[in-house]
Amino acid sequence: MKKLIAAAVVAAASFGLVTGASAGTLDNVKAKGQLVCGANPGTAGFGVPDEKGNWTGLDVDYCRAIAAAIFNDPTKVKFVPLSSKDRFTALASGEVDVLIRNSTWTMSRETTLGVIWAGINFYDGQGFLVNKKLGVKSATDLDGATICVQQGTTTELNLADYFRATGKKYQVVTFGTSEEAVKAYDTGRCDAYTTDRSGLAADRLSMSKPDDHIILPEIISKEPLGPLVRQGDDQWLNLVKWVHYGLLVAEEDGITKANVDEKAKSDDPELKRVLGTDGKFGESLGLSNAWLVQIVKAVGNYGEIFERNVGPNTPLQLARASNALWNKGGLQYAPPIR
Amino acid sequence: MSIQANAKHQDPKVVFYNDPKIRSLFFQCFLLIAFLALFYFAYDNTVANLKKRNIAQGFAFWNVEAGFDISQTLIPYSAASSYGRAFWVGLLNTLLVSGLSIFFATIIGVVIGVLRLSKNWVVSRLAALYIEVFRNVPLLLVLYFWYGAVLSNLPEPRDSIAIPGDIWLNSRGLLVPRPVMLDQFWVVSLSVLLAVLAGIAVHRHARRKQAETGERLPAGWISTLLIVGVPLAVYFAVGQPLGLDLPVKGRFNINGGLNLAPELVAMVVGLSTYTAAFIAEAVRAGVVAVSKGQTEAAHSLGLTDGQTLRLVVMPQALRVIVPPLNSEFLSLTKNSSLGVSIGYPDLVNVFTGTVLNQTGQAVEMVSVTMLVYLTFSLLTSAFMNWFNTRVALVER
Amino acid sequence: MTDATSLSFVRSAVIPEQRPPHRVSGPLVWMRENLFSSLLNTVLTIVFLGVVGWVLPGFIRFVLLTPVWVASSSKDCSADLLQHPVGACWGFIDAHFGYLFYGQYPAGERWRVNLFYALEALGIVWILLPKAPFKSAGLAFFFLLFPVIGFVLLSGMPIIGLSTVQTHYWGGFLVTIVISTVGIVASLPIGVVLALGRRSAMPIARLVSVIMIEFVRGVPLITVLFMANVMFPLFVPDGWRPDSLLRVLVGVGFFSAAYMAEAVRGGLQAIPRGQYEAAQALGLGYWQMMIKIILPQALKIVIPNIVNNFIGLFKDTTLVAIVGIFDFLRTIQASLSDPNWRSGQMPLAAYLFAAFVYFIFCYGMARYSLSMERRLQTGNRH
Repeated sequence: MKKLIAAAVVAAASFGLVTGASAGTLDNVKAKGQLVCGANPGTAGFGVPDEKGNWTGLDVDYCRAIAAAIFNDPTKVKFVPLSSKDRFTALASGEVDVLIRNSTWTMSRETTLGVIWAGINFYDGQGFLVNKKLGVKSATDLDGATICVQQGTTTELNLADYFRATGKKYQVVTFGTSEEAVKAYDTGRCDAYTTDRSGLAADRLSMSKPDDHIILPEIISKEPLGPLVRQGDDQWLNLVKWVHYGLLVAEEDGITKANVDEKAKSDDPELKRVLGTDGKFGESLGLSNAWLVQIVKAVGNYGEIFERNVGPNTPLQLARASNALWNKGGLQYAPPIR
Repeated sequence: MSIQANAKHQDPKVVFYNDPKIRSLFFQCFLLIAFLALFYFAYDNTVANLKKRNIAQGFAFWNVEAGFDISQTLIPYSAASSYGRAFWVGLLNTLLVSGLSIFFATIIGVVIGVLRLSKNWVVSRLAALYIEVFRNVPLLLVLYFWYGAVLSNLPEPRDSIAIPGDIWLNSRGLLVPRPVMLDQFWVVSLSVLLAVLAGIAVHRHARRKQAETGERLPAGWISTLLIVGVPLAVYFAVGQPLGLDLPVKGRFNINGGLNLAPELVAMVVGLSTYTAAFIAEAVRAGVVAVSKGQTEAAHSLGLTDGQTLRLVVMPQALRVIVPPLNSEFLSLTKNSSLGVSIGYPDLVNVFTGTVLNQTGQAVEMVSVTMLVYLTFSLLTSAFMNWFNTRVALVER
Repeated sequence: MTDATSLSFVRSAVIPEQRPPHRVSGPLVWMRENLFSSLLNTVLTIVFLGVVGWVLPGFIRFVLLTPVWVASSSKDCSADLLQHPVGACWGFIDAHFGYLFYGQYPAGERWRVNLFYALEALGIVWILLPKAPFKSAGLAFFFLLFPVIGFVLLSGMPIIGLSTVQTHYWGGFLVTIVISTVGIVASLPIGVVLALGRRSAMPIARLVSVIMIEFVRGVPLITVLFMANVMFPLFVPDGWRPDSLLRVLVGVGFFSAAYMAEAVRGGLQAIPRGQYEAAQALGLGYWQMMIKIILPQALKIVIPNIVNNFIGLFKDTTLVAIVGIFDFLRTIQASLSDPNWRSGQMPLAAYLFAAFVYFIFCYGMARYSLSMERRLQTGNRH
């Protein structure tokens, strides 16, 4: 084993499979020349690759935004597809630099898994997808149903809580990956499939007959989803956090992909700070001062990312709702860049 | 002897670093240090990494409420039970699926093995085809096949296939009536126990009688009659104390009865059809290993075909069959860990799957799981040693 | 001397012609003896032929006569939409062929994978074919040169004009082959060392080897893979970031080495003591004795076992799917989950194809192992 590991490590190191670094994540990322981003391999609108390996989705655009902030090049991202089972281990073990994969922010995950959330890029809640022909109108009708769920998620725990709290009976079938769970539901193994409602909207589209399925009105949990990083590297945490806030601030200030160059010339003190013509906000993050310009040029602001991937004009047809800016009745609120 | 003594005498002339003993000692010390260093390296890194990432350590989680449900539980379990309880649920599920699969795999394997030996060309070719097909495809594929291509194509619950005897078959599994033991059932259980004991006594008596007088009693028939007949008589005498919980169609599912989930059925069918091919080969090798002269000698002593098989061929064939059979059973048990791939809640699925994910404690989960399987394999080799000493050829 | 002819019996008359003996060969006799020799046999024959007659036509119709060869989604294979019964949807395999055999490997670079397959085939034929020339060169090629060439070829080296292709683009059959090749290339030398350690006179070396071998053989591969996947990163310093495929390769190599060690040990035990003693009498040291005398003989007689181990390894590579590596079977599963292709009858065709691919390789190796076994048996006969 000793020889094996030593030989493998030497061989791998010489070919760059093992990247050694004791410095911070940002330096490490800069040295590698790319960001390694843990992504969802199978939720349309959030993260999904096509057969040629082109990734799309809201979470995926967040990865690109971080890459744009660091390298001024949104393509310098390596996406590592992770199942919900493997994701935290992959982040904690250093396989990925940042995990943006519809991961729910919970207290126990932060206190025991060695990870820390940088923000909430999507406010979600758990719901149920059922086949219309069962005639179920509400989750209260699900007494005695068989429900498919994905392993290693808060969903699995919320489901148990919900049925415990309402005193109803159900039969759970747990699968290792969401695609297996969805396939099992689609082939009739279960009466209902449960996950975050954003995921349900995407999964409904992937049914063989999408129109046969409806999402029940109940929301049984709070699912704040967001990007997360390893604990113990505050510089990196700050960077990811402010990329998220930067996207929100950009939307709030009306900075879009189309008008960002024009806005950068503005004399407005807020815009000057935000877009880096005044102050050294970017440098304090270890980036260039035009960091937010780079981001918005690459992926647009939060609103644009949302509209492009999951908004009403996409197959998912999700309304902004809780994800609208705070001044438009939503929960998305960024501290000021000042 | 004298040469060795001479060599010893000349030892001092060898330079110390060429002395085999010193070399060996040095090499072993080096190996030990390297081994320990490697362990320390891994241990030190692990502790440092866990600390840095603020990942919990130790077995405090064992009594913490699990909060998730498991689809198949042999002991009472709910989301309010502890992670420790979830471990036992997973372990029992592993044992259940292994036990059932071993039972069916042995039956199928022996039948196929015997058919493979048949002089009938068609029969032996078809048995060979079965063996070759299953030995040369991955088990995972066999499981996917049964689960994904066969069982998931069964009708939905509302269109369940009804099998006479209140049995239903649908994509949610196989539903059979569940026997419910009523108050007086202990009497029947007791009678079974007594009948078995009586059967053993009959066998002993028959053997002693044969040794003394040479007269053979039909002990097999008598004990079968005892073991089957007495409990049946008692069962009816105390008023049939066994109820049946019949499956009944409900809104979503068929409720009640005993539901054998498709995951369990696919695991049992997959594991037993796959392992049967290996068992068949072991059986064939064992029977072939008994030389034909043994059969001929037995016949010439006037033993019937049945007696030849039972008293001469089988005892010798078993000596060859049991060791590989045993290792097949062990690898079947280890293979049951593939349950995770089709959602069967076995130990690996529940413990290194869900529990590992909820707690994040990789080291503890993987170690405990490995320890469980190591225990299985130690028990198996202990049994093998016992068996080998028991059946070893006594050479005179 | 007496007259010999008067004592012995000598036929003096020609015996009359007799009828030819009853036929003892020919198809009818063969059938009588093999298929209908007893009542039980007759019943078995009829039942089994009945089963064959019932299954086989349907199978052939499904596989060869009524399948859909080209399709762009499961709709093209749907009996409801086509309004006539259809067999296997081979169009599914056709549509996903690139994905199943190359994963997401960039389309323009797939010649590299093909070259890799070709070199691999060359290496295997070279070392396995008993009559192939320059055996030791073949061994050196397969165990030393090929791993390096293969790695450079697949992973790329910008200096010589091969663009880098990261391992997460590798997938499908390519990954299956890579894992089983690394498994065999790594496990044989380590297995030999462990086997020698287990038979060593040095107690500590023996102890270490026995612990490793029995530990690995006592646990399922899947737990070793979990260990490689979730524990290995914790064992190394924080900065090292082992690639996910690399971790699995370490796990697989480690696992198959233990089984290889047991196969090699069998060979070592089969070598007569005289060989060891003769080598020692010639004044050879331990390593000289092992490398020049014992191992060449021991390894030769366990070739069948090594090949059988390799078959097991080849089948076990499917388990890497459970730790998130996209091997051949996993890419089939993933393609089946594709909503465009999700339909009830699709899995049957897909799994039949997978079974066919695995069977071809495993059965080929099994036949080879069997023929080597026969060859070696005659070779060793005294």
